[in-house]
Amino acid sequence: MRRYSVFALAREGFRQHSGWDRAWSSPAPKSRYDVVVVGAGGHGLATAYYLGKNFGITNVAVIEKGWLGGGNTGRNTTIIRSNYLQDPSAAIYEKARSLYEDLSQDLNYNVMFSPRGVMMLAQTPHEVRGYKRTAEANALQGVETEFIGPERVKELCPIIHIEGPRYPVLGALWQPRGGTARHDAVAWGYARACTAMGMDIIEQCEVKGVHSANGHVTGVETTKGTIGCDKLAIVVAGHSSVLAQMAGFRLPIESMPLQALVSEPIKPCMDVVVMANTVHGYMSQSDKGEMVIGGGTDSYNAYTQRGSFHHIEETVRALIETFPIISRLKMLRQWGGIVDMTGDRSPILSKTPLGNCFVNCGWGTGGFKAIPGSGWAMAELVAKGEPGPLAAAFGLDRFREGRFIDESVAAGVAH
Amino acid sequence: MLTLTCPHCGVQADETELSAGGEAHLKRFGPGSSEEELEGYLFARENPKGPHFERWRHAYGCGKWFLAARDTATNQVFGTYPASEAQPADTLRDLVTASRPGWMWRDFGGEA
Ligand SMILES: Cc1cc2nc3c(=O)[nH]c(=O)nc-3n(C[C@H](O)[C@H](O)[C@H](O)COP(=O)(O)OP(=O)(O)OC[C@H]3O[C@@H](n4cnc5c(N)ncnc54)[C@H](O)[C@@H]3O)c2cc1C
Ligand SMILES: [Zn+2]
Repeated sequence: MRRYSVFALAREGFRQHSGWDRAWSSPAPKSRYDVVVVGAGGHGLATAYYLGKNFGITNVAVIEKGWLGGGNTGRNTTIIRSNYLQDPSAAIYEKARSLYEDLSQDLNYNVMFSPRGVMMLAQTPHEVRGYKRTAEANALQGVETEFIGPERVKELCPIIHIEGPRYPVLGALWQPRGGTARHDAVAWGYARACTAMGMDIIEQCEVKGVHSANGHVTGVETTKGTIGCDKLAIVVAGHSSVLAQMAGFRLPIESMPLQALVSEPIKPCMDVVVMANTVHGYMSQSDKGEMVIGGGTDSYNAYTQRGSFHHIEETVRALIETFPIISRLKMLRQWGGIVDMTGDRSPILSKTPLGNCFVNCGWGTGGFKAIPGSGWAMAELVAKGEPGPLAAAFGLDRFREGRFIDESVAAGVAH
Repeated sequence: MLTLTCPHCGVQADETELSAGGEAHLKRFGPGSSEEELEGYLFARENPKGPHFERWRHAYGCGKWFLAARDTATNQVFGTYPASEAQPADTLRDLVTASRPGWMWRDFGGEA
């Protein structure tokens, strides 16, 4: 595959852009692969990429029932941060954030990582205490983050109404190197890099069953026929329980819709990401000028990719209180994704009761930020058959042993 | 918006009047049970894409708990019944079977 560069741009400019290669191929499946990854979202593609890059395993297929990146990866609000409370979380999210810093160079694909800073507002005394605690924990973990007062909040984001009547802003947890990236580009960039290593990305191919013999996986049944494999990585976010059922085990996961919406584009008015967890809403401004808005999940299990209207109402109500200038904005689009929620709000990277079958799921409302780190850790788990240091704490056994990685306090809302 | 009929007071309540309570018909395991049973009871969850049985409370109404059969892929509601019933009635199961032949939920199911 030819590299993208300023010279390639100039060359193609002189010949009507007729010489670009397809970024990824979507071939017919072979009968067998060393590793089959189910799910071509960011996590599945990153798993495949680091299997090739870090372990030299390139006889890999990534199987996707729809189109590449059409799951939560292409539906999320792209907030990237790593200031979590617990050590194992900070380690894997910070690994991911630091990989994002030069992901565009690594993949030779512009993922538009924009470390514009992420601010999590503290609007109750309880939140102030919680975020100060997180800031101290982050200092010990080596994650750059700080607790800032309301004046600094106003300085960084002038459109915030600091003295709101219900929930005045008392401060914020501020991560200056957090930010956003272009979600599709992350999926496309990994897909292109996987194709360049000779991997197959097979779209419009749904996995319908898992084959096994003597307690070990032997392949998958798909809408494009049987595909054999030595190892299987299930990376399907909201559909994890459905795949687990095919593989014969249960997961501590419930799937729920999470929605987002964007406004009409307006002039630049906000160059940081703001999350307001107490009132349930967060907002950033895209490069096109749209205000990108998200809130909380629905409260009951569903696979409808739509979500309930009253959740949007709640989110918008909360944000108008915090940002009065958006009260007359028209909303352009709304959509939903199906997020995979665990009890401790932490992900699962794990071996499973079925031999040579591994799962990566449970990222819930906040896994976009984790894609590079998760793929890195998952590749190690799949290649070696045992988790490395990043994945070790996230095994399924933690539920039986009571070793939860409780992030439900640190991240009270979707993010 | 999801609307469920409360089997206690008969009100057709929209979801803002209700609070969701998760998987129905959980069998409780406590002291003396195996680790697997306790883990299963506390954490493993039925999470089907299709017919599902779940708990709801008519929080801003009569305040009582009830159960519902709903398809999680379409939000079609098959019926509701009081939380005191240990199993969904045969008539309700037949209703589910009529639109989702071959469904299974734990060990309840339509015809094999
Ligand atoms: C509205 C919304 C806002 C969000 N905001 C943020 C945010 O700001 N920051 C953040 O960090 N995270 C956010 N998230 C969470 C984030 O999007 C996810 O955690 C992450 O994208 C999950 O990636 P994935 O690759 O695991 O899953 P997905 O991108 O969902 O990929 C899974 C893929 O598996 C495929 N699949 C499913 N079943 C099968 C099958 N049987 N056969 C073949 N393929 C199958 C699906 O089609 C899908 O493409 C948000 C999520 C939503 C929905
Ligand atoms: Zn009632």
